[in-house]
Amino acid sequence: MPNLAFDTAHLLAGGLVLVSFVLLYQDRLTALLNVYALHALVLALAVAWQANIQNAPHLYVTAALALGFKAVIIPLALRRIIERLGIHREIEAVVGIGPTMLAGMALVALSMVVMLRVTVAAAPIAREDLAFALAVVLLGLLIMVTRRNAVSQVVGFMSLENGLILAATGAKGMPLVVEISVAFSILIAFIVIGIFLFRIRERFDTVDVVALDQFRGERR
Amino acid sequence: MIGLAPFAHVELVILIPLAAAALLALLPGYRLTARLNVAAGLLTFIAALALLFAPHRPPGPYLLVDDLNVVFIALNTFVGFTTSVFSASYVGHELETGRLTPAYLRFYHAMYQLLMCAMNVALVANNIGLMWVAVECATLTTVVMVGIYRTHEALEAAWKYFILGSVGIALALFGTILVYVAAQAVIGEGLEAMVWTRLIAEASKFDPALLNVAFIFLLLGYGTKVGLAPLHAWLPDAHAEGPTPISAVLSGLLLNVALYAVLRFKMLMAANAAAVAPGPLMVTMGLVSLIFAAFMLYRRRDIKRLFAYSSIEHMGIITFAFGMGGPLANFAGLLHMTMHSLTKSGIFFAVGHVTQAKGTQRIADIGGLTETHPWLGWSLVAGVVAISGLPPLGIFMSEFLVVSSTFARAPLLAIPLVLGLLIAFAALFLRLNGLAFGEPRGHDHPVKASYGPLFAHLALVLAAGLYLPPQLVAWFQHVSQLLG
Repeated sequence: MPNLAFDTAHLLAGGLVLVSFVLLYQDRLTALLNVYALHALVLALAVAWQANIQNAPHLYVTAALALGFKAVIIPLALRRIIERLGIHREIEAVVGIGPTMLAGMALVALSMVVMLRVTVAAAPIAREDLAFALAVVLLGLLIMVTRRNAVSQVVGFMSLENGLILAATGAKGMPLVVEISVAFSILIAFIVIGIFLFRIRERFDTVDVVALDQFRGERR
Repeated sequence: MIGLAPFAHVELVILIPLAAAALLALLPGYRLTARLNVAAGLLTFIAALALLFAPHRPPGPYLLVDDLNVVFIALNTFVGFTTSVFSASYVGHELETGRLTPAYLRFYHAMYQLLMCAMNVALVANNIGLMWVAVECATLTTVVMVGIYRTHEALEAAWKYFILGSVGIALALFGTILVYVAAQAVIGEGLEAMVWTRLIAEASKFDPALLNVAFIFLLLGYGTKVGLAPLHAWLPDAHAEGPTPISAVLSGLLLNVALYAVLRFKMLMAANAAAVAPGPLMVTMGLVSLIFAAFMLYRRRDIKRLFAYSSIEHMGIITFAFGMGGPLANFAGLLHMTMHSLTKSGIFFAVGHVTQAKGTQRIADIGGLTETHPWLGWSLVAGVVAISGLPPLGIFMSEFLVVSSTFARAPLLAIPLVLGLLIAFAALFLRLNGLAFGEPRGHDHPVKASYGPLFAHLALVLAAGLYLPPQLVAWFQHVSQLLG
């Protein structure tokens, strides 16, 4: 049933965009981490479905990585970090929720307009996947620029990266997808270990990057 | 060059640094590891020279050596080698003053060779996926090295570099995926559709709209790593807070590697007649970087930051030249890139010893260098004279070529270009005056400087300004033709 294959892929990719929106309006760090775990879970399902319909068993590795590493280990590790650092408090956003959501909608519309127009020649599944993936990437960027808190910036980056994995698996038969997803997992592990080892809170007394900015620029 | 023939394997420029990194991670002791680091740098450089003179082998699915990247590899390994010589004396001083501990030093040396390995992989990659992985790996190694002093400022610089660099490589990956989607429709699924030599052969049949969007992402993504404004924010901090050998390698090499990636994709765009011309985009970003950095030079209070902004300025000029395209501008771009790598890493060698001698990076606390440290002071003067584009040094010639080719083809663009050059020139000399001349200021620690790499770079830049060997000119002209 080709329609079922297409519709399910469409549903899961669309679901990822939806969860990205949910990430946008979280105002507590623990809730943000829970939603991120959901984001990674939806990604794992989407990737597993792509592995199924493309007959590409190696993609199951990427799906398993998304499920085990991003949906379980990383959220747990980050939760421990925010407990250690004592920062369950609200996330300070640069822009209010209303304008952020409007900007998010505009970005989704933009990615649809751009990607659907330029991928006319591509296969329908890849086409929809790329459009949704770009939306997830742009929403991830939006999260990164509207949050001041280092942990939520990392969550924004990780959701952006999920969008990239979605794009890479949607492009049928793309080589090196598994290697790239492993490389990204290493990158994310580095970031999380970085927060932990460098003990940004101890060094700067806050993980708010505005405080980091005080050290910026020239030493006077 | 028959003696070098056994070294002419492309794998060597990757495997030597990789093996050295593994060895350096295990071995203790400063003297041994610093020497091993230098030896590995020298061996890699010899392997690169052998590649330069040997006939190229047919490209494989992952690795490629052609006339374009062999220039980059030779430059990369040469500066990598000279920087390892400088690094040996630099880290010796850092160990004595206790800024680095032996454990961190071992880590530093291993990371240095890993960085060389990653950059060489990115340069010889024939696969756009592999190229992306290598650039990511190079970013990661430099991030940890920027943060190695673990001060407030170093950690903040590393964090900022990390976040901005990650966003950059994420955008580059999206662009890479789009190129694959465009290629897949023509070449078919699988590895072949990511092999650059296949891509360039079939590029004329790709969907132009898809290529356009892909190039925007690639330019923004790799452009972040080139340090083009407005994506440059990581660059001054990363240069200022890390160890100085890393500043030299960042400015002299890593920026080039990222620019090389942009150039490869630019060639792909140029091969497709229906796609948008990549030139104007690069010209705009180059000019914006040049003028922005030129004004930013005036307010610098930190000596390493000053030269970091100068790197943004020069990467702007190089991007501008490659964006203009055509044989003359490409030639000027290649020459300028080579000269900038040599000069800027040379300046950082001098600056590294100056900051060690004075115990500070604040420009206000450094003065009268030509009196207190004549060799260092005059080398710094020579370096700044070279970097600001005065004759008879190499950068004067390449800047002259950029300006004259712009005047010939787009006189209106030449006005902001010349303006930016003059503003930067004045700013650098204003700062140099206080640094090198006048009353000696600041502390005076004894420094065991290694002048060899510094003088070698300055001599090469001077020699290139006075006389370019015809073989080199012919080679660069040939590569300029390839770039289109």
